[in-house]
Amino acid sequence: MSILDSKIPEGPLADKWTKHKNTINLVNPANKRNIDVIVVGTGLAGGSAAATLAELGYNVKTFCYQDSPRRAHSIAAQGGINAAKNYQGDGDSNYRLFYDTIKGGDYRSREANVHRLAEVSGNIIDQCVAQGVPFAREYGGLLDNRSFGGVLVSRTFYAKGQTGQQLLLGAYSAMNRQINRGKIQPFNRHEMLDLVKVDGKARGIIARNLVTGEIERHSAHAVVLATGGYGNVFFLSTNAMGSNVMAAWRAHRRGAFFANPCYTQIHPTCIPVSGDHQSKLTLMSESLRNDGRIWVPKRIEDAQAIREGKLKPTQLSEDERDYYLERRYPAFGNLVPRDVASRAAKERCDEGFGVNKTGEAVYLDFASAIQRYGKEKALTSGVENPSAEEITKLGEKVIEDKYGNLFQMYEKIVDEDPYKTPMMIYPAVHYTMGGLWVDYNLQTTIPGCYAAGEANFSDHGANRLGASALMQGLADGYFVLPYTIGDYLSQDIRTGKIPTDTAEFDEAEKHVTERISKLMGGSGEHSVDYYHKKLGKIMWNKCGMSRNEKGLKEAIDEIAALREDFWKNVKVPGTANSMNPELEKAGRVADFLELGELFAKDALDRRESCGGHFREESVEQDGEQKGEALRDDKNFKYVSAWEYKGEPKDAELHKEELVFENIELKTRSYK
Amino acid sequence: MNLTLKIWRQKDANSKGAIVDYQVQGIEGDMSFLEMLDVLNEQLITKGEEPVVFDHDCREGICGACSLQINGEPHGPDRLVTTCQLHMRKFNDGDTIYIEPFRAKAFPVVKDLMVDRSAFDRIQHAGGYISVNTSGNTIDANAIPVNKQDADDAFSAATCIGCGACVAACKNASAMLFTSAKVSQFALLPQGQVEATDRVLAMVNQMDEEGFGNCTNTGACEIECPKGISLENIARMNREYVKASMKG
Repeated sequence: MSILDSKIPEGPLADKWTKHKNTINLVNPANKRNIDVIVVGTGLAGGSAAATLAELGYNVKTFCYQDSPRRAHSIAAQGGINAAKNYQGDGDSNYRLFYDTIKGGDYRSREANVHRLAEVSGNIIDQCVAQGVPFAREYGGLLDNRSFGGVLVSRTFYAKGQTGQQLLLGAYSAMNRQINRGKIQPFNRHEMLDLVKVDGKARGIIARNLVTGEIERHSAHAVVLATGGYGNVFFLSTNAMGSNVMAAWRAHRRGAFFANPCYTQIHPTCIPVSGDHQSKLTLMSESLRNDGRIWVPKRIEDAQAIREGKLKPTQLSEDERDYYLERRYPAFGNLVPRDVASRAAKERCDEGFGVNKTGEAVYLDFASAIQRYGKEKALTSGVENPSAEEITKLGEKVIEDKYGNLFQMYEKIVDEDPYKTPMMIYPAVHYTMGGLWVDYNLQTTIPGCYAAGEANFSDHGANRLGASALMQGLADGYFVLPYTIGDYLSQDIRTGKIPTDTAEFDEAEKHVTERISKLMGGSGEHSVDYYHKKLGKIMWNKCGMSRNEKGLKEAIDEIAALREDFWKNVKVPGTANSMNPELEKAGRVADFLELGELFAKDALDRRESCGGHFREESVEQDGEQKGEALRDDKNFKYVSAWEYKGEPKDAELHKEELVFENIELKTRSYK
Repeated sequence: MNLTLKIWRQKDANSKGAIVDYQVQGIEGDMSFLEMLDVLNEQLITKGEEPVVFDHDCREGICGACSLQINGEPHGPDRLVTTCQLHMRKFNDGDTIYIEPFRAKAFPVVKDLMVDRSAFDRIQHAGGYISVNTSGNTIDANAIPVNKQDADDAFSAATCIGCGACVAACKNASAMLFTSAKVSQFALLPQGQVEATDRVLAMVNQMDEEGFGNCTNTGACEIECPKGISLENIARMNREYVKASMKG
């Protein structure tokens, strides 16, 4: 019997959430004024949760390491946000969004959570439009949609390639309204360094003021962690430089189980690595796959010639190109889910068909879309007998309207014009489906400690569909957590303010200051980045797009050894009681060095291939699916939730069996 | 390429700062400006010196954290990019590059090249929102059609990343471009009309209180803005302000 209780309500799937909302406890408005909530992280999940909790009447404190909540990394999300509005009349429904998400996640997520997500998705769009989020519109003035990978309908709402920015600024504006009312107290340039538990419940945090170096105590009746994902364990990822796992990992060390750490999304369309100096990778939105076609040369000699600069991609005729996604997956073509597209790119490059200097790039080509749009535009704007140049010009304008900022970004980084020559892209670490284990109420295994957005594990299974991260972040923050947290806080109406001058806060602060002294006291051989890059290499080579038993075992040993070396020899200049970005980085990398090992351990335990987790030992041997990932439902239809027991190697596995009552488990085929 | 860097170093808000010279070698054209500074910092750490502090986060030109006055220009010599997307191929071997923080009374230096831009947040607190509850109990998103041109213009204004280059570029250190971008976004949308009067008055008032200068229509802000926010927004805000003042 598992000790994990997911608290999924009884009853038919479509009624669970409504019934749950009707039966959970509420806190009356007068009592809310006496209850404090801490929200760590101010991205889509944290920002929307903070604004909504404050609006309900709770006293909210927000924490972010950036200088303003508006800079949280949700801002960088490009392509869009899904919602089952069915504005296009193409057969969409809550059920289809639910089904697509479960299938896209390779049947490794909870039915009840995902259905709830689909149910509230439409409301998110209503909410954002009311806030003044300027989504793209059609000429009739109504909202426009586009398609994303792994689905057969157009349900993605967008604001050019800056959807995350516009949604985050919406949540930030909702926060600002509450800051102006005095209901949110923002603590910017602050980092959470520990979670404080009193009588087993989360009652506060220890934070460091990053400007002064001061260690601060903050208490509350509940703590919400909305601190994003841990993709930076790979060093190179599309995450922001500061994105880290510290808050989640500190909570894990205090008793919150960490779920499915090995589920990582490696996004197929990123700008390839150019050299060792590189500090981060840049995404090219999945929305580009609506119009871009992915290919490599058919002949290996042509690929070779391109790598050597003797041949240009535009010189190859249609017959000489291998549109390998269209070839392998005719039903979904270029819009297969991310894990499938990434593995297919790796397969071609491993076979020697890569097209840049390093051999690790494929083409994303807009030439046929430019022609198609150009002809359509010429027709609709009454241009008779348009010349080839006119068509190209008109087509380029349409592409610019749709993806202008992405094309400009590409040109600045790569120094090539993607309107004239195909983009080069390669997969890169982008998102982590794993995270803190939470129940249906988004509560972790520590009472009073909640996790929202990418920081939790809940909705995406083993692979997230495009444009679903924004949906989940806002669903958790605006529409789920504000209800479920009330049920818990209803016990606290008589508790009164939580004092910070207690033994529990003393202990946590002492723990934090000792850790800082230890970090500052290394012998000083290597910089923090030296260790971070080494860790990233191990992760990418052995825990990346393709994993096997031998590599994972090696990774576990190598990471443990690297961690030991780090604590002895890391060099952190400056002082602890002043601004010190190297110290901040050191703390984050120290946690990545623990998480990385647990990640490899989890990947080793899961001897099946599912979603983004591909085990070389688990592959379809014959039939139509030959060579594709082979899932093993008999043995691995569970969420792995790890309990902290000291060293990562000693972590204890708890299994939450996944129950599928509404969906039949099938081989995930996009052919 | 090899470069000479002349960098503003300042211990904290209360200390006096100064330009310090550094040399960096082996810089490649594919590196971003911040990756070049990473090379310098790695060098300083190895020598046991304190690295240069600067704001940065997403490194893809959208979070608005990075700043830097490079050879006298906010975000450096290239157009329509932030410092994190400025690439070293825009410089030549042997160049001397001056790197300073954004300068404005309302943006005090925190340390080295990092400044405090919380004045921008306070302008937004004063009225940069539409007062709807986040309960989701609103009307259907398609209930109010919005003219596509207005929606597109509102979007263009809303793409401001709040980096502060407009202030740093302005001889008066004015925040008119920043403030007007937010005022415009809401002024162009039907949802923003209800509070239009109060919003523009409150935000302009806060902007003045923060100690930003006045706008004298020089237009440097528009040229240096990494997101190409248009001066038209300032004109629109002035109209909104006059309208609101007459009503008030």
